[in-house]
Formats: sequence, C-alpha cells, structure tokens
Amino acid sequence: MGLEITTTRIEDAAKWAKQSKLERATNWGRKFSLFSYPFVTACCGMEFMSVAGPKYDLARFGAEFPRFSPRQSDLLMVVGTITEKQGPALKRVFDQMAEPKWVLAFGVCASTGGFYQNYHAMPGCDQVIPVDVYIPGCPPRPEQVLDAMIMLMDRIQSGRGHSQLRTKREDIIAAQQAGTEE
Amino acid sequence: MAKLVLDALTAKFPQAVSHTETINGDEIAWIKRDDLHTVAHWLKTDPKMLFDAPVFVTAIDRLDWKPQHRPLAEHWTEDKPRFEVCFQLRSVKYRYRLRLKVSVPEHDPRCPSLSSLYPAFDWQERETFDMYGIRFEGHPDLRRIYLYEEFVGYPLRKDYPKEKRQPLVRRDDLPINPIKATGEDR
Repeated sequence: MGLEITTTRIEDAAKWAKQSKLERATNWGRKFSLFSYPFVTACCGMEFMSVAGPKYDLARFGAEFPRFSPRQSDLLMVVGTITEKQGPALKRVFDQMAEPKWVLAFGVCASTGGFYQNYHAMPGCDQVIPVDVYIPGCPPRPEQVLDAMIMLMDRIQSGRGHSQLRTKREDIIAAQQAGTEE
Repeated sequence: MAKLVLDALTAKFPQAVSHTETINGDEIAWIKRDDLHTVAHWLKTDPKMLFDAPVFVTAIDRLDWKPQHRPLAEHWTEDKPRFEVCFQLRSVKYRYRLRLKVSVPEHDPRCPSLSSLYPAFDWQERETFDMYGIRFEGHPDLRRIYLYEEFVGYPLRKDYPKEKRQPLVRRDDLPINPIKATGEDR
C-alpha cells in the first residue's frame, strides 16, 4: 500500500464525509449485516473458530454466520498464511464478491507474511487485494478481532471502506464527465 | 546390528560401495551413482535383506563441503560433488535400517531413480527435484510437485536468495510498498 495514495484516500474521505441521510441509513444497515467469508488457510483458523463460537460470539456484531460462497458474502476474512501459489485463488475469490465488500487481514501472516521470509510466502495479502483492517498477533486474541470488527464497522458507517471509496470516486468522476460533456 | 548389512553389502558389491560409515547409530553406505539401481534391487529382493519399506528421499546441499573428520575419500572428485542424495530404506522383517547416499556434482545433477523399485519414492523424488533440482533418471513423471510451473530455480539450494519472491499475481491498482517488495527485482 503506497503511503501517498493512503493519505489521498483519507483526505478524500474527509471531503466526502458529508453523507446524505440515505447513505447514512444504508451504511448503518451494512455494518450490522456483515456476511463473512472465512478464507482459512492456516492455524489462525482455530482462533477464528474461537471468535465465531459462542464464548466470544462474533454474531453479536451482526456478522451472523460465515457464508461459504463469495457471491453471498461481503466481508472477506483472510485467516492465515497466504502463499504465492495461492495468490490467484485469493484474488479470484475477492473478485467474485459483490460490491460493496471489505477485507479483514487476520493475523500477522495475512497482514505482512509474519515470520515467513522465504520463497513461498506472500508478504501480506495486501499484495493482491486491498485490505481494510489489519489484525496483528500470532494468532490474535479474540478481543483483538472484536476490536478490529468494531473498527471495521466504524469504517463502514463513515463510508471509508476501500470499495465504498472506489465506488464513490467513480460516481464523482462519472458526474464530472457528464457535466463537462453538457 | 545393521553393521551386518553394511558388511554384506560391501562383500557383495566391492566396486559399487565406495565406503560405509555409522553415524549416531545410522548405517550409511555411499554408493557409486551408476550402480545404485543394482544395489537397491539386490537389497530389496535378497532373502537375507528384504528392504521392502522406503522411508524417504532427500538431498543435502554441501555448498562449501570439505570432509573434516576423515581423509579425502575415493568418491571425492575434483569437481566437488555438491549434493548428496539420500535414500532411507527399512527392512520390516529383519528390522534393518540403511541409508544409501549418492554424491552428485553440481554441473551434472543426475541420479538414478528408484521409483520403479519403490513406487512410494515417486513423489518424494519429485519433491527432491522441485527443491534441489536433482534429475532422477528413469523417473516416469519428473515435474514440480509443490511449486508452480512458472517458478525459476530451486529454492532449497543454499545459493537461492532468501528473500527472492516469484509472485504469480500482484495488485495493479496500487504501487507496492518497497519495504515489502525487497528482492522483487533481484
């Protein structure tokens, strides 16, 4: 993720922070009905099960249950190490998801590659797909995951998710072009 | 116990066995490359041996290898045999363990395949080829088993750069963090 692009996005978000009532209501609905797709590849999956189970209960936040089809989900949870060989599969799963969609990198391996620094491990799944929230930890504590989920919900509410920003930017560009053509 | 195996092997194939050794209870026989298949066939079929269980195949990369604890042996050649290919065998009936080692030089990384004798060595030899680039002669289907076809080089060789990446796919909408992409263009 390039630094300059990130700052641009934050400025954009501040500029677009003014939401209409309809947008606010839509985002409120989105943040409480996250359908997650767990892309579980490694040992972090155990921790994900713990979070999704009744003790920590991710369902409290509206992420009710995992859908095992990318077309029915809007939150991609990348749980575990991503290898270079797996990159095309991950990108394809992400591309199959319908907009708007969000990505949660679960654990250091999915965020940065973790302690794998060698030929097969991808240095973070953000090399392939845009990630909204990173969760550190090897594996992360369930509280960290819940915290990240709350951060993601805030982000969705304020319309700062990657796919939301992209959609909005495309809308603005289209409107500008339509205006210049007239 | 299995010193007996080494003695029998040396008596049977005085030309093929360059030398034998016992390290930490493991019996090791260094076999000349061209005679490996004959020796393994005898070990498998001889009624006194019956090495019917294949355990593993792997290779050792001795990039800066010099024999320190023993004089230069007969198998040591001028072109420095860089790789050792190990075949671990086991006799279930007599409970013998035996490791066959073959020296393979770098410029000619060939080794006879034992997959015709032991079908379980098929994938193991493919893995050894994948990671070390040892060409197993007579292998029915020698291609990469773990890595993808686009991969160049052999990653478990000691001279493969540690941080070299060979990505299949990257994002095209954002520039990649140069810290994360270390070794990208190496």
